[in-house]
Amino acid sequence: MDISFVIEKFILVAIIFGISLLIAMYSTYAERKVAAFLQDRLGPDRAGPFGILQPLADGVKMFMKEEIVPANSSKWLFMVGPGLAMLTACIGTAVIPWGSAMTIGGKVIPLQVTDINVGILYIFGVVSLGVYGVMIGGWASNNKYSLLSAIRAASQNISYEIAMGLSIIALLLVTGTMSLKEITEQQHGWHWNVLYQPLGFLIFMVCSFAETNRAPFDLPECETELIGGYHTEYSSMKLGFYLFAEYINMFVSSAVMATLYFGGYNYPGMDFMAQLLGPTWAPLFGTAVFFAKIFAFIFFFMWVRWTIPRFRYDQLMHLGWKVLIPLAIANIIITGIVIAFLEKF
Amino acid sequence: MGTSVFYVVAALSIFFSLMVIFSKNPVHSVLYLIVTFFTFTVHYILLNAQFLAVVNFIVYMGAIMVLFLFVLMLLNLNKDNEPSKSNLIKVVGIIAGCCLVVTLVGSLKATAISNPLILKNPDLGLVKNLGKELFGPFMLPFELSSILLLTAMVGAVLLTKKEKV
Repeated sequence: MDISFVIEKFILVAIIFGISLLIAMYSTYAERKVAAFLQDRLGPDRAGPFGILQPLADGVKMFMKEEIVPANSSKWLFMVGPGLAMLTACIGTAVIPWGSAMTIGGKVIPLQVTDINVGILYIFGVVSLGVYGVMIGGWASNNKYSLLSAIRAASQNISYEIAMGLSIIALLLVTGTMSLKEITEQQHGWHWNVLYQPLGFLIFMVCSFAETNRAPFDLPECETELIGGYHTEYSSMKLGFYLFAEYINMFVSSAVMATLYFGGYNYPGMDFMAQLLGPTWAPLFGTAVFFAKIFAFIFFFMWVRWTIPRFRYDQLMHLGWKVLIPLAIANIIITGIVIAFLEKF
Repeated sequence: MGTSVFYVVAALSIFFSLMVIFSKNPVHSVLYLIVTFFTFTVHYILLNAQFLAVVNFIVYMGAIMVLFLFVLMLLNLNKDNEPSKSNLIKVVGIIAGCCLVVTLVGSLKATAISNPLILKNPDLGLVKNLGKELFGPFMLPFELSSILLLTAMVGAVLLTKKEKV
């Protein structure tokens, strides 16, 4: 392990971390603007031109607010909760291939922090850990509404993980590899996996809505029943961490969906662009395309939030166990039969 | 470097498993157990068993422990409503603990004689090789264990269903 390798990875990690935070920050702004657009309002427009400094103002506000730790709460775990939520949100970005290998001054730099051969499972593991932040925070608050919310979050997360895992299995049957880099390379040009796995994509997307606690699956923070849910007792930047972690989760799951099903950094006509731009700039253009896909997904997340009302809890469980899981299993069987059929003839 | 990392992680594993037993609050116990499982994941990575590591991560840390925590939070146990243990239970506990110690000492003595197993293929833990082993020579035991799991699941569902009279 030579020192230049460490420096290269360190810079890449720092850039990705910075970009995730920046995107999460401006997602809060975008969410309010999108909501305003859908409801025929103006949205935030006071801080800076078009309200562009609003996230900064919000950040300052969060830091300056008084911090309250409820009496009889578990102090240490009350602090661990939001930290864990933030940590599990951030580590998912490590295995996502942000672009094809880039050549700078004769040196080839892969635009991916690490290419482990169980990449998909790693993402899946990080997603399944995500619920701990909510559960620990909700329990440590010593508030019955927070506790109910923590319990809801746990059962929702477990239920939708199963359907998510099953939809990934069907995808693995098509790709034959678990490395995210190889999966992206297979989707060269326009051979995107969504064309081969439309049902699998639909199931995966619904499950990512549920795993990120986004509306219509935001039952853990259902205001009409649970006040604020797991973050009822939180104030100041600890609350900010929970809200922020949700936006980072949204960014990461958009990136995962774009990588697995929408070709990652591939786009039609990329060979032509590679010749035109050369080995330094073409990968960067691919990365820009990838980010465009991610932003489209983030917009979709917001669009759904302001369009579809929240589920009732029994409807949520019904959808997860009696609709999505059988559909995902049927998808695996059909995919298997088609692949066996194609190999025979 | 591998050995020193192993000793650090092994010490952490033992420390956190002891904390599981010694912490008074059941929720804290489960949280320590989660950390213990995390150290096991590190052990698997040190052994180059990536698939096992990530599956341990998903299944134990991500699913089973969430359910444990879920049940404990639902019951909301605390010191006030915990039933006091009778002396008989304490005596039974001591006897059972002594039996466990005798078994452990006996098995540790046996390991001194046996040779450490050296894998012919150090990359056996990678997904591809593991899959070929499981679906090749070990096909039958693999399928049988999956049927065993399915049976347990059907049994659990059956227990929760109320009989219609």
